[in-house]
Amino acid sequence: MHHEEVFTDRNVSEHSAYYYVDIENYPVTGWDKFKQVVKRAAKGELFVGLWVVMREMIKFDIHTVQYPKEKLPIGPRYRAVHKLLRLWESGYERCIGCGLCEKICISDCIRMDTRIDENSRKEVTEYSINLGRCIFCGYCAEVCPELAIVHGGRYENGSEQRAHFVIKDDMLTPLDLLTAGEQSEYPGFGAIIPGSDASVKKTPLAY
Amino acid sequence: MDVAFIIETIAKIVVILLIFSALAGLGTYFERKVLAFMQRRLGPMHVGPFGLLQVAADGIKLFTKEDIIPQNVVKPIFKIAPVITAATAFMASAAIPFWPQFTVMGYTVHPIVADINVGILYVLGVMAIGLYGPLLGGMASANKWSLISAARSAAIFISYEVITGLALLAPLMMVGSLSLVDINNYQAGGITNWIVWSQPVAFVLFWIAAFAETGRTPFHLVANDHEIIDGFGTEYSGMRWGLFFIGEYANMFFISFVIAIVFLGGFGDGTFAGAFQLILKVAFFFFFFLWTRAAWPDVRPDQLMWLCWKVLMPIAVLNVVVTGIVMMF
Repeated sequence: MHHEEVFTDRNVSEHSAYYYVDIENYPVTGWDKFKQVVKRAAKGELFVGLWVVMREMIKFDIHTVQYPKEKLPIGPRYRAVHKLLRLWESGYERCIGCGLCEKICISDCIRMDTRIDENSRKEVTEYSINLGRCIFCGYCAEVCPELAIVHGGRYENGSEQRAHFVIKDDMLTPLDLLTAGEQSEYPGFGAIIPGSDASVKKTPLAY
Repeated sequence: MDVAFIIETIAKIVVILLIFSALAGLGTYFERKVLAFMQRRLGPMHVGPFGLLQVAADGIKLFTKEDIIPQNVVKPIFKIAPVITAATAFMASAAIPFWPQFTVMGYTVHPIVADINVGILYVLGVMAIGLYGPLLGGMASANKWSLISAARSAAIFISYEVITGLALLAPLMMVGSLSLVDINNYQAGGITNWIVWSQPVAFVLFWIAAFAETGRTPFHLVANDHEIIDGFGTEYSGMRWGLFFIGEYANMFFISFVIAIVFLGGFGDGTFAGAFQLILKVAFFFFFFLWTRAAWPDVRPDQLMWLCWKVLMPIAVLNVVVTGIVMMF
């Protein structure tokens, strides 16, 4: 049945929708304070507290994640250090050097250099991200027309220099890993939604 | 005084010092584990199996840390204060019978350093001197948190001395001796002879006061982290801070022994079973210190004083009076 909320009367407080929580007045005299203490002691509230922690100890339902040994799964849309992907068939870099990521980067931390190679194809010679400035907003991954730059899931960054994570060679999928099928199509930020092929509508040609 | 007696006494002192220093360290381990389990955590896990060697790691850290004496402190007093806490805690243990006497190769050993006839009075008196550790340390630290802590420790410890004294008075009237061995032997007849049955009020009062005397959680105002940082311990680091810690944990063990011996029959008739029961009783009281820390919130200083002077002390006095009347008739 279709439910429609009635919003004719917004003065709910006048019609007992709100009520005061029953809080006793604070004791003023010494005798009242004494009675309060006796009442609370006789209620056994202290022992309820003791029982609660003892129950948790007996249940032994531990929530600790022993971090270096165990890791929590991170969400697919997590935005950690960037990766540059390759084309599956040819192994070429997906990046076409359009420079959109460099343009959209709001903290101005992406720097790329391109040239026209022998095959008249635009080649990216330098690609680096200054992680000291990057705010991991994900705009670069979102704007990339080729799904070339994506955010990876690598959040454990220990190194002597930040630059070690973001030199082009480090971000780019190595060729041997690609041929071994190790490059995973990134399901997260900026990626195509699963099943999106089905929702593509053909552009009507005849207007 | 023959040589054998001196050697035996020194040996006992060394054994007690070693055992209870180690127990103080292990106490921190148990505290962290028990608190962790009650809060659905695991506690220390990385150093050694189940984190058991965490105690050793902490010890190495404390021993090798730089001994920092801050700029404006009163140096001699600042340096001696932790020693007072640790030393008085261990001195108090001299009159506690930890175990019934036993015979090794024809030689009877009394596991008590000095069976003096004012045992319980000595224990409480020396424990009361332990007040000077936090008091002097806090006042000498040139730190306002420490100063507040020193004032609180003076107020709390002195107030609760009244409760411990009055609560113990009633059982002592029944036993007629201050020696802890005599008190223990008074209850040697078994579980029905335990003083806790005839003096339940004194038992509860003494137990409550024990929390104040050791500065444990419902009454942990002396070094309450969320109000006054670490109180008197704020300016301390390294082994001086460690001495405060050892003193606190040794005190917890010793007061647990005193409660078990005075009210719960101690080691009973002196058989092995009785001795084992004493260990279990002490373990329970030590565990209860940790248990309450996980379960109960701290009270305010004024509430603590109120509880002491307006509730517990009148009850203690009434208890003494009623005990006296009952004994008279």
